[in-house]
Amino acid sequence: MLALIFLRQPRAASYFGLTLLLNFSLPLVFAALSQLCVIALGDIDLGIGPFVSLVNCIAATLLATTPALGWAALALCVLAYAGMGALIHLRQLPAIVVTLGASFVWLGLALLLLPSPGGAAPDWLQAATGWRPPVVPLPVLLAIVAAVVGEWLLMRTSYGAVLRGLGGNQRAIERAGWSPLAGRAIMYGVAGALGVLAGLATTGLNTTGDANVGGQYTLESIAAVIVGGGEFFGGIVSPAGAVIGALIMLLTGSLLSFVEISSDWQLSAQGGILILVLALRAFGRRPAA
Amino acid sequence: MSDTAARFALRPWLDRRPWIWSFAAALLVWLLTVAVVRGRGGLDTLAVAVQFATFYVIVGLGQMLVITAGPGNIDLSIPGVMTLAGYLAMGTMQQSNAGLIPGLLVGLGVGFGAGIANVAMIRLLAIPPMIGTLAAGFVAQSMAIAYSSGSTAKPAPALAAFSTMRVAGLPVIALVFVVVAVLAAQVLRRTVFGRSVLATGQNRRAAWLAGVRVDRTIAGVYVISGLLAGLGGVLLSAYAGGASLDMATDYLLMSIAVVVLGGTSIAGGQASVAGLWGAATLLDLVVTMLNVMRVGAGLRYVVTGFIIIAVLALAKGRARA
Repeated sequence: MLALIFLRQPRAASYFGLTLLLNFSLPLVFAALSQLCVIALGDIDLGIGPFVSLVNCIAATLLATTPALGWAALALCVLAYAGMGALIHLRQLPAIVVTLGASFVWLGLALLLLPSPGGAAPDWLQAATGWRPPVVPLPVLLAIVAAVVGEWLLMRTSYGAVLRGLGGNQRAIERAGWSPLAGRAIMYGVAGALGVLAGLATTGLNTTGDANVGGQYTLESIAAVIVGGGEFFGGIVSPAGAVIGALIMLLTGSLLSFVEISSDWQLSAQGGILILVLALRAFGRRPAA
Repeated sequence: MSDTAARFALRPWLDRRPWIWSFAAALLVWLLTVAVVRGRGGLDTLAVAVQFATFYVIVGLGQMLVITAGPGNIDLSIPGVMTLAGYLAMGTMQQSNAGLIPGLLVGLGVGFGAGIANVAMIRLLAIPPMIGTLAAGFVAQSMAIAYSSGSTAKPAPALAAFSTMRVAGLPVIALVFVVVAVLAAQVLRRTVFGRSVLATGQNRRAAWLAGVRVDRTIAGVYVISGLLAGLGGVLLSAYAGGASLDMATDYLLMSIAVVVLGGTSIAGGQASVAGLWGAATLLDLVVTMLNVMRVGAGLRYVVTGFIIIAVLALAKGRARA
């Protein structure tokens, strides 16, 4: 699928082309991995977009003016996510609604911090996202690193298998002596941390804060995970697939502007490509099933 | 002694009526609002909240049927369909009463088409409903964007009058949909289709083995949801005096929130029509209350979020205890 995109826009295959094209993929890659953690549990996170906005606002205000307070706020955000996971487990609540409620909280807090777009990203953050490593462009490098680390932690370690098992068969994991409460809290905590990374990347790239910047990440991150081979049930996910899925979602937008489709139809085409990918997968799977 | 006896009797009664909590919370919030304004215009506040709640209930009904039909089923195309239906219907009406019926039919047609498209993707292409309906919503939204340039989007005067009309202080449109909600509850409880939806949601395979036409039932709920979203879009644009591109953005999350807060099980198989009204009124009253208290938009969102989580934690916790 990636090859197809390169085929249609050969100019993009250079170092600078790739950097320009993919730079804005960083937040989505992290957001998709965060979503993946939640989907691996069989849950779904409808609040990741506003959460990215909140981190963006914290980074552009508190983190730039009073770093200590800013870091404390970010740590609190991660803890809030872990707490959300614990609450979902303790009260056996549907995650889709809890994260939906939480999305209002994130958005509200972001608006409280930054009622209108503004603020400035800390210099080091801008420098970090503007860094140009030799040979491999930064977005590609980070995407590969994220995919490899995610793949290793979740798919290759034994505790990773336990965490995925929570989404597949919670009772089996419980019987085997693992705490589902701790597992869920950890997974949500990791999701929160990845959400923070997504927010920081956004801030570094945009250099300002905006309480509505992350809105589209909620649905795009879900789409990225599913396009990347994840399933809504049973803890079946693929970190590497999610990273590629995030890139596909992003490249769809660029591809459309390359072939000069009016921006009116951009959403439509994005939806169409989503359907196409999934339909192909369904047909590919049919002989096996 | 009598206290424990009363509690034993109360618990199962409450467990069978999860929608009580949303009404209780709505009542509480209303009383708080009335206390803040010291009783002035209390009933009027309620009437306005009910008016806005109606639109949540219309699309919430469809969403509720879809969610009830089983885990994984969800309709995310609602906002896109509402917007497109609103625009096309307003465009057909051309501000004349003669165009009212054709416009309404166009709006419903959009919803019907979207429902069929959703079913086709889910059934024929085996796409997860969440992604398929989301993509359908994207398509509808971008059609609305393309259509919106250079077209009038004003409703027929008769429809606009109907959508804002009041009888004895109560919005007519709300009364109509209270009746619709009662009918919907009866359909769920007493008709073959209603029982099929519930059975499919509880256990798809068992329902299929018992002879329920599972595929047809699921197709039915998506088409109904599409139709209601189309109708909701037309009525909302009539009420607002015209369609706008972002008029339905809230409805993606709100349609899910009113369904689940109202006591419908997100895992499917259990629906609560009454709860829709409770939850929709609650969410609107919260906004009204915070407006009356002159709270900023940021804090308003935070409070709304906490209320959604709190009501859920309370109601759900009780139901399981």
